[in-house]
Amino acid sequence: MAEIACERYKDMAATGIADPVLQRALINLQHRFGRGTAEAYRNLPEGPELRFQAKAIRQHAIDHLDLLLERLADKIEARGGHVFFAEDAEAAVTYCQKVADRRGVKRIVKGKSMVTEEIGLNPALMADGIEVTETDLGEYIVQLAGDHPSHIIAPAIHKTRKEIGRLFADKLGIPYTEDPPTLTRAARKALREKFMAADMGITGCNLACAQTGHITTLSNEGNIRMAATLPKTHIAVMGMERVAARLSDHAILFRLLAMGAAAQQMAGYVSYIGGPAGPDSLDGPEEFHLVILDNGRSRILADPEFREMLQCIRCAACLNVCPVYGEIGGHAYGYPYSGPVGAVVTPLLVGVNRAKDLCQGETLCGACRDACPVAIDIPRMLLALRAKLAVGDDRWNVAPAGPAERAVYRIWSRLIGNRRAYDLCLRAAGAGGRLLAGKDGMLGRLPGPLSGWTRSRNLPSPAAKSFMQRWKEMEGEGGSNHD
Amino acid sequence: MTPNQPHATLFIQCLVDGFYPEVAEAMVKVLRRLGVRLDCPTDQTCCGQPAFNSGYRGEARKAAKRFIALFENSAAIVCPSGSCATMVRRHYPELFESDGPWLERALRVADKTYELSQYLVDVLGVTDVGARFCGRITFHDSCHPLRYLGVREQPRRLIRAVAGAELVEMVDSDRCCGFGGAFSVKYPDISTAMVEYKAQRIIEAGVDAVVGCDMGCLMNIGGYLSRMGADVKVMHLAQLLAETGEG
Repeated sequence: MAEIACERYKDMAATGIADPVLQRALINLQHRFGRGTAEAYRNLPEGPELRFQAKAIRQHAIDHLDLLLERLADKIEARGGHVFFAEDAEAAVTYCQKVADRRGVKRIVKGKSMVTEEIGLNPALMADGIEVTETDLGEYIVQLAGDHPSHIIAPAIHKTRKEIGRLFADKLGIPYTEDPPTLTRAARKALREKFMAADMGITGCNLACAQTGHITTLSNEGNIRMAATLPKTHIAVMGMERVAARLSDHAILFRLLAMGAAAQQMAGYVSYIGGPAGPDSLDGPEEFHLVILDNGRSRILADPEFREMLQCIRCAACLNVCPVYGEIGGHAYGYPYSGPVGAVVTPLLVGVNRAKDLCQGETLCGACRDACPVAIDIPRMLLALRAKLAVGDDRWNVAPAGPAERAVYRIWSRLIGNRRAYDLCLRAAGAGGRLLAGKDGMLGRLPGPLSGWTRSRNLPSPAAKSFMQRWKEMEGEGGSNHD
Repeated sequence: MTPNQPHATLFIQCLVDGFYPEVAEAMVKVLRRLGVRLDCPTDQTCCGQPAFNSGYRGEARKAAKRFIALFENSAAIVCPSGSCATMVRRHYPELFESDGPWLERALRVADKTYELSQYLVDVLGVTDVGARFCGRITFHDSCHPLRYLGVREQPRRLIRAVAGAELVEMVDSDRCCGFGGAFSVKYPDISTAMVEYKAQRIIEAGVDAVVGCDMGCLMNIGGYLSRMGADVKVMHLAQLLAETGEG
């Protein structure tokens, strides 16, 4: 399992907010990709409705996962590949370790993969004495720096070219430069050597195809294709939801994936891999393994309230428009999945109570829903998670909110059920507010939980007379009736 | 009174009722100027959104039932808050998904609930309400009316028709201001960072006033601008539309 630090959401968010480099990078990223994605959807020849067609395709696949995965596995095995269904992270990691051990693996090259972050694969393999090299440029930078990715697609956005220049001078022994092409060439050269020397490649899978029995990888650097074809052994790890029924589904989903991820029409490299080298695939590895991971996904599948989340194809479009992610960055979420997708998936995978700040620390603005290439209603699920956190839930093992919070809402509920009591409260608050207010009628400092507001903002004092009071006076008591 | 005179029921957001009654008064002034007959159930309190957003659906359902009972006989329900209108239009039916009779009542009420600019432009077909305001104005899109009610052009058309007003678009007008109800108090660092970004874009636009369709957002934006000592007026759309330039 990946390290889980969701409990530190507030602290890590504050750290992100205080980091000017990250702030600049995030807003640039959101302006470039967030707007680009919206523009790409607007220009779709099929119209923006294509997102809903894609959603239906994903839902259909999720509803038939058992059949599709069986078909996929059969086809891959028929070509001499191995398929392993891993119930949890530990099973998946152990399987990969065993394959590496049996094949005498010393050096691994990796293509960017969120699911291998989720299961904590790298640290486990490195603990076995194996050298593991990330080959996506951003991931490579993050790995050299001993850091974690902060964005699903752009893992090193929190680093400046100066930092990368110093890092490369230190770790790759090149003269210091902050010229991006020179830095990229240096990384390319170092990575080529890793590719040539590697005896195993590990990749993720963007979306498998049950009809043809292939997994696919998409990249813009060509590195995933090299990791999948050069070493003698290739292991691909996929979440069990990442399968489409038909090849024709890929045409729609990959276009939308590329738009959501980077406002592209299509990724630079799209590879279909169906097994080891053989008569119909001369360039493949000697051994091919596909690990299909559950790790909590069956539980999501079994709950109609959250099943929609399995439609996600991890493009990060929601990160690129989320105003909360745009301030706090990816590290704040304390788990590989950040942003709006992380705010729903992480609580479901690691425990709702444990990750409660992820689903409560959002404004429900809905920008993610409009940016998602498969129109996932993330705000709906954030609300559903909050409902579980409020009153508890047995199925998801959620403990209810504390008695103080529940009492607040109970009292509130009584108050708004009785206009007279409500008026008394308004008047009391108004009187208190006027006592504390400054000359401009504004409250500048309030105690208790309201101090969160007044730390940075003024608050108006309640009005001396509510509108309802004023209306009654304007209209006479009869004013309240329908005529 | 003509028989065809439109009739609307005032649904006043609790925040407006208790903190900004002048916004409701401005709305009354505008609607009356257009010849709309008004009534106002003075027993109304809160639509239940704060409880709903925090996960307290039982409490939200209670508030919703009370609201439905108070408003179901209205011809049209008009609200100066896009967020509260969204609660009624979108979330009330969700709350009663598995309660047939209440679902039917919720849907009936949802269908005739409008945010103010929606009511003016889409229902009454009016864009020029006879307002006058001299100055540059920028509009902040509140998330819920924008993304759930499709309110984007209505307020802009109304602002453009105000004599003397110039509408200037700020950068990222549709980016959340960081209010989010309880969020603003529970996650003050994030909320502050968000409203700071919004305030900067407003100031950058070089306007005399920022106008919006929800006092939640405007309380947040205004509270931050006021703390900064910024010289930008914060106005609800109803207040702008009520301005006649006299006095």
